[in-house]
Amino acid sequence: MKKIVVWSVVLLMALSFSATAGAKTLKLALDADPKTMDPQEQLSGGMLQYSHLVFDPLVRWTQDLKFEPRLATKWERIDELTVRFYLRKDVKFHSGNPFTAKDVAFTLNRFKNSVDFKAIFELFVEPKIIDDYTIDIKTKKPYALLLNTATYIFALDSKFYTGTDEKGKPKNACVKVGHSFAKTNESGTGAFKVTFREHGVKMIFERFADYWDKKSPGNVSKIILTPIKENATRVAALLSGDVDFITPVPPQDFDRLEKDAKVNLHTYSGGRIITVQMNQKRKKELQDVRVRQAIVHAVNNVGIAEKIMKGTATPAGQQGPKGYAGYKESLKPRYDLEKAKKLMKEAGLEKGFEATMIAPNNRYVNDEKIAEAFAAMLSKINIKVNLKTMPKAQYWDEFDKQPADLQMIGWHSDTEDSGNFTEFLAMCPNKETGHGQYNSGNYCNKKVDELTLSAQTETDLAKRASILQEIEQILYDDAAFVPFHWQNHSYGAKKNLDVAPIINTMNFPYFGDLVVK
Amino acid sequence: MFAFIVRRIIQAIVVMMIVGLIGFAVKNNIGDPVRDMVGERVSVAEREALRDKLGLNDPFVTQYFRFLKNALKGDLGISYFHNKPTIEVIAAKAPATLELVFATALIILLVSLPVGVYSAIFPKSWFSRITMGLSTIGVSVPVFLTAIVFIYIFGVELHWLPSYGRGETVDIYGWESGFFTIDGLLHLILPSIALSSIMLPLFIRLIRSEMMEVLETEYIKFAWAKGLHRKRIYMVHAFKNTLLPVVTVFGVEIGILFAFTILTETVFQWQGMGFMFLEAVERSDTALLVAYLVVVGAIFVVVNTVVDIIYGFINPMVRIAGTK
Repeated sequence: MKKIVVWSVVLLMALSFSATAGAKTLKLALDADPKTMDPQEQLSGGMLQYSHLVFDPLVRWTQDLKFEPRLATKWERIDELTVRFYLRKDVKFHSGNPFTAKDVAFTLNRFKNSVDFKAIFELFVEPKIIDDYTIDIKTKKPYALLLNTATYIFALDSKFYTGTDEKGKPKNACVKVGHSFAKTNESGTGAFKVTFREHGVKMIFERFADYWDKKSPGNVSKIILTPIKENATRVAALLSGDVDFITPVPPQDFDRLEKDAKVNLHTYSGGRIITVQMNQKRKKELQDVRVRQAIVHAVNNVGIAEKIMKGTATPAGQQGPKGYAGYKESLKPRYDLEKAKKLMKEAGLEKGFEATMIAPNNRYVNDEKIAEAFAAMLSKINIKVNLKTMPKAQYWDEFDKQPADLQMIGWHSDTEDSGNFTEFLAMCPNKETGHGQYNSGNYCNKKVDELTLSAQTETDLAKRASILQEIEQILYDDAAFVPFHWQNHSYGAKKNLDVAPIINTMNFPYFGDLVVK
Repeated sequence: MFAFIVRRIIQAIVVMMIVGLIGFAVKNNIGDPVRDMVGERVSVAEREALRDKLGLNDPFVTQYFRFLKNALKGDLGISYFHNKPTIEVIAAKAPATLELVFATALIILLVSLPVGVYSAIFPKSWFSRITMGLSTIGVSVPVFLTAIVFIYIFGVELHWLPSYGRGETVDIYGWESGFFTIDGLLHLILPSIALSSIMLPLFIRLIRSEMMEVLETEYIKFAWAKGLHRKRIYMVHAFKNTLLPVVTVFGVEIGILFAFTILTETVFQWQGMGFMFLEAVERSDTALLVAYLVVVGAIFVVVNTVVDIIYGFINPMVRIAGTK
């Protein structure tokens, strides 16, 4: 017995010496690994990155925020409520099952059971299958963002996810806590299959031999994903050559990466706006638009983007970034200390006042430092800010309770659309409809509400854009919130990786198309 | 003797109950696990429904007794993040931490013994002076700084050693070991040296002062007078008597070493229990958090109880003290 153990140990040691073969292996280090293998369980940036590896959506975003055909080759709006999608015919799932319209219908229906996706797909009704490769996707009301939403329709293998698993539970179950089949099994159409997963430790993806997209230039045959949470360790792993690609890169290490001969730093402007909301219910001074304007004018957000964010953020004057429908070129950052002081004087508050503030300290890039800079800037117009920061695990409950006059929040529109910002951050808070769910400023303007709702159902895109721009203008004039910047996404990679073509505003690097030289 | 053992065991059980209660009280203040489970868009009502389902809305006492009832059956709940029983998660992470602590303890012993003894015998030599100087610095530099400096010197600049993780592991009857692959051993070097940097200076100093004290005693002087060989005096008479207090302190410090693994493991992305604990705090995975506290508490209580009982056998004074 002892001998067997010794020999097996020796054998294992020998095996571990044999180098792992394989042409192009990409060693990837992210701050966290995907929480689950079920693409519908959680709506988060990390999960969507995973979904783009293992699954394919009907359409996906390009770098210039246009739609690119994926599983749908083309689409047309048939009427106010319907868009017809024509599907690709040569697609296979990882299980070997062919992909048809039935799978799309299955995917759409399963969203209704997902706590996270339910809200996004609320307007969708039972789709109509025309034939194996044609499907009509229908909504209750005219819906302008149907195509935006189609970027979330990552086709699931209906045969694979139907039936009962070995625990006797239905395979299509989508649950948050405890066991489900989809949490640990996948069959998508994506460029990569999951071949190994130890949650929180390592995940291995291998290229799917029957992948439909033969035109993709991507040549990575294997991805080894390791989560490295600690910023300094992640950067060190790249610099030491232990991994090939990391994201995110902390701003304080940008210089280091740029100077290093073996790695490149890539950044891409993102869509997450960092703001501070001014609570008008708690603080009567903030009900005065002049005071709010004074605060916005006192904030040098260009300086914050330059100094604290090391130039890796785009200073903002409005909610949605360039490329979004509601973006209005004329709404610039407004730093002007003299004007701020004048406005305070006009409001009769040149002596200032005291205000409380809360901000997270591990949610957004440099969130704590931004909050500190903000407090320092307000002291110049005699507003004394008592700042309290806390980890994100505690922050959101506090945020909901609104214990402070000034509260920081960052927001990324998950439909890549301007309307979403207003819906959650600036509409009058209403518990029943869920509008203004994260509007802790309690800013409330009936006109903004009306416009936002009308934009939701407006399918004429030009008309819709002008409505959204009008909203941005009103929020700007009302100084509804303090805008800081849109965070850039940052990636560090070895020089032989052609990263520039695969990154985008959404922070979904399309690794399937990555070329390793 | 029997009464003493029973008393110690009852005390241990009380301590465990208190540990569980404290863990449970802390858990409600660490954050809402549901927040980490769902996206930002999810409505308040949906979140409440999920909290109800998880039993997080029940009164504190109800939750605590449910927890106690399950804990007695060996069920410490399901981790919200890992979606597995917390015991399984902890068991899977334990080998990494145990191996790290073992390697560290080995380094501490192998280095501190000869160095401590040497500097006690030759307190005025340049080597002793340098080690004493370095040990002062060693005690005062925090372990996460040492770890990061190591990564930058040996990983990034010199490319000698890997910078993160455990490397290749071998599965030996469910124990994921890094001891049997070259890769695994290479990965072990930096974390274990970094971790030993907190205790090593302490032990060198402890051994040195204990040994110096022993060298001053009457029986050593007598041994010199008897004309015994130098080696015999140092190694047999003096060293043996130095060891006794050192072993006692070593037992206590090993426990503290476990606490320091939290920092070391986080910096090196070492997938052990300490790393898991910190992640659980950040994700408000409260179920895992409480389970960790209970398990670690249990280990400490068991070790201490056993040590106390053994002491009782060796030294009757311990048994009598406190009985009156």
